Amino acid sequence: MSDELVLEMRGIRKEFPGVVANDDVSIQLRRGEVHALLGENGAGKSTLMNILYGLYRPDAGEIRLNGKPVSFASASDAIEAGIGMVHQHFMLIPVMTVAENVVLGTEPVKDGVLLDEASAERRVAEMAKTFNFAVEPGALVQDIGVGQQQRVEIMKALYRNADILILDEPTAVLTPQEAQDLFEILRTLRREGISIIFISHKLKEVLEIADRITVLRRGKTIETVPREGATEESLARAMVGREVLLRVEKQAADTGEVLLEVEDLHVTDDRGIEKVRGVSFQVRAGEIVGIAGVDGNGQTELIEALTGLRRAERGLIRVGGRELHHPSTREALDAGLGHIPEDRQRRGLVLEFSLAENIALHDYATLPDSKWGWLFPGRLVERAKRLIQEFDVRGGGPFTPAGALSGGNQQKLVAAREISRDPQALIAAQPTRGLDVGAIEYLHRRLVTERDEGRAILLVSLELDEILSLSDRILVIYEGEIVGEHGGDVSEEQIGFEMVGVAREVPA
Amino acid sequence: MSEPKRDLVESPEEAAATGTLAARISLSQRAGGVAVPVATIVLAFLIGGLVVLATGHNPLDTYRDVFNGAGLNWFFHPTTSTQGAAAYNLSQTLLQSTTLILTGLAVAFAFRCGMFNIGGQGQYFVGLVVANWLGVSFADMSLLPHALITIVGATLAGAAWAGIAGVLKATTGAHEVISTIMLNWIAFYMASWLFGDGGPLQTSDPTRQTVPISNDVARSAQLPVIWGTHGFQGLDIGFLIAIAALVVFWALINRTTLGFEVRAVGFNPDAAAYGGINVKKNLIRAMTISGAFAGLAGALDMVGYLYHYGQLDVQVSQVGFIGIAVALLGRNTAVGTFLGAVLFGGLLYGTTQGLSSNVIQPELATNLTYIIQGLVVLFIGADLLILYVWNSRRRLRPRRAARAPVKAAA
Repeated sequence: MSDELVLEMRGIRKEFPGVVANDDVSIQLRRGEVHALLGENGAGKSTLMNILYGLYRPDAGEIRLNGKPVSFASASDAIEAGIGMVHQHFMLIPVMTVAENVVLGTEPVKDGVLLDEASAERRVAEMAKTFNFAVEPGALVQDIGVGQQQRVEIMKALYRNADILILDEPTAVLTPQEAQDLFEILRTLRREGISIIFISHKLKEVLEIADRITVLRRGKTIETVPREGATEESLARAMVGREVLLRVEKQAADTGEVLLEVEDLHVTDDRGIEKVRGVSFQVRAGEIVGIAGVDGNGQTELIEALTGLRRAERGLIRVGGRELHHPSTREALDAGLGHIPEDRQRRGLVLEFSLAENIALHDYATLPDSKWGWLFPGRLVERAKRLIQEFDVRGGGPFTPAGALSGGNQQKLVAAREISRDPQALIAAQPTRGLDVGAIEYLHRRLVTERDEGRAILLVSLELDEILSLSDRILVIYEGEIVGEHGGDVSEEQIGFEMVGVAREVPA
Repeated sequence: MSEPKRDLVESPEEAAATGTLAARISLSQRAGGVAVPVATIVLAFLIGGLVVLATGHNPLDTYRDVFNGAGLNWFFHPTTSTQGAAAYNLSQTLLQSTTLILTGLAVAFAFRCGMFNIGGQGQYFVGLVVANWLGVSFADMSLLPHALITIVGATLAGAAWAGIAGVLKATTGAHEVISTIMLNWIAFYMASWLFGDGGPLQTSDPTRQTVPISNDVARSAQLPVIWGTHGFQGLDIGFLIAIAALVVFWALINRTTLGFEVRAVGFNPDAAAYGGINVKKNLIRAMTISGAFAGLAGALDMVGYLYHYGQLDVQVSQVGFIGIAVALLGRNTAVGTFLGAVLFGGLLYGTTQGLSSNVIQPELATNLTYIIQGLVVLFIGADLLILYVWNSRRRLRPRRAARAPVKAAA
């Protein structure tokens, strides 16, 4: 990293109707540095980057590229100037090869009209080698994993001679291992003199990869700090504007009877592949049992079978001592199972429904919500008002559509509904995915509170930190089997090994 | 600073890329309040006017005559006696609207459950056929039970007909657009044969043995007229039944657990299943209720004012398809469907009534309705276009739309 500035954004202001998204924001990018842009959802990170990428025009402020003032009218201006952006959602064509995707729009041509496939593949292969991408240029995009698809996006930018790369929450879609691979690539790019803006709200990874960190809060620049000397606590404080408890405080578990029990459960996925292979475990009242594992090792199918969304091949489920054979969703609900689903927007909420209707999603057909099929909307609204207050759901009232809430408040709404039904056992799948620090803190505290109330809580998460900080017992799932069981004090390393199928003891 | 809100309509491309047809249309329908349907209508009339202009006539004259032909001038001269032409024309418009309210509801109800029921026309035919059969039979019954049996029987038949598409979708995943179109053709040819020469429902009158028209339903099955004269296509109580159907539709959707389930499945079947709702059951049920509305339309036409039906009528009937435009324009709500039905009822009748060749080419007259109907469906079907216009209008004047939802700020 040199001290040479490649990019400077000064005094940027951008207003949307009713909201100042950026207010006098400044950021300086040095050549060959990884510069993290850190902030909660809604802090103004994406707006700032969309301005840089030519998608929005700033209301005030200036952008200097290599010392010269520039103004971009569109993304193609920005690309022309050497700025590349990798969005969270990839823009690739699945049925085309890696090489074709990379050169798309600027294809090498032979004989005037034909795509020079060989030359395209050669150039892409060269680039892959230079930057250690480990991507096969001739492979179809649909056949490669998410981590590799992301590399294709990065290569697209590099192919267009980008020397400034914007990565929007790049690890959100990656497994921990893939994230490590990405960081390795970023380090290589940095050595080659590429400057990287890394948008994130995850403190740990920012501290791992960034050279300098700029924190945004509510549209304003709070500070720019070097990584040295920054801590998770200091960054969280800057992001949220107050002290944040990153560690979850909890007493030792005071467990009671078994409330959720699974015996020799076998579940297949839609393609008929057995994803859960003979899983057995128990969750007692007053404990949080965490299931750790890399995504795709049967977690989703396990949860779906427990909650009646998928029919298990065989096995036994007991909730509060009641046996459930191939329960329907309704039967699982009635047996006292609560479920915070892993995808709140696809499963957990009807985004077009009001908050009141979403809260009634399980109980609309019984008193007091309805009688003989006739709904009492007033009663739905009354209950919603109470729960919105109790669970501190912000950004709307009982009549607001759930889709208008921020992610954190949507998740609070789901939690409010599930917990207010007083379940014996609560399944929390990825309860804090995509949430900001404040909302994570709230939900973690709430789960511990519910544990202390005597509920049995099954926590399924891809975030190892979350599992480790919340769980009283930890199960590791690998290829549909429980391969390890530990107390809450197990080392991250031990679980990490088991998650990838290496059953080996870490010397203490 | 208030917390930035996510905007449901801000990224139509994304939603359209992933969503179903029904999701796309419901998306476009949330954008812009009543402005979009009104703009759709204005645009459709403008283009319809251009067609009139191209044939060398003044579109303003044409539309004025359509307006008067539909009897809508009655509202400006309500004191004219009910025997007056305006009153008669208005009663005919309302008669057309009766049918369109119900075929519109048939589309709207399925839509609320996320399905596109193109089969209103076939379900309407099934209702007509069964109503004719029941109305011609049991000729010695007294009025109320006979009309009631006829209407209920035809409604159930329409429901069962649409239910086939629902069952196919729930069990095999067959797309309802394809299956309802196919069921339309089956109903079309079945009705053609039944009413046709030698068909089982062809008239038994020995003097009309080769005429492909059915018998009249018995007097005991014919509905009382509330405005106009019985036997001269007076407005019958079927209109009131259609209004009642609107109320039933509204209550079912908004005030019952059935409607709650239908809407949940329509918006997001995954979340509905998670909520404990049986999605397949709801697909079948919603399709069946849809068909009941269309079947009722056929029944009321038959016992309300047609009394008989012929092979040629089968070939020209379009009311089921116009119902699609009515529902789309009415945003699948009760009030919207009513307004859409009156609009198209007026157009259907107004273009056939009193248009002189001075104001429109005679060949164009009836077809103007279908042109406008087609344009409406096209515009609403082309939701992306309308959304694009709508959103760029907002982009151009960001500061003025202070109450509009805000693009996520990060």
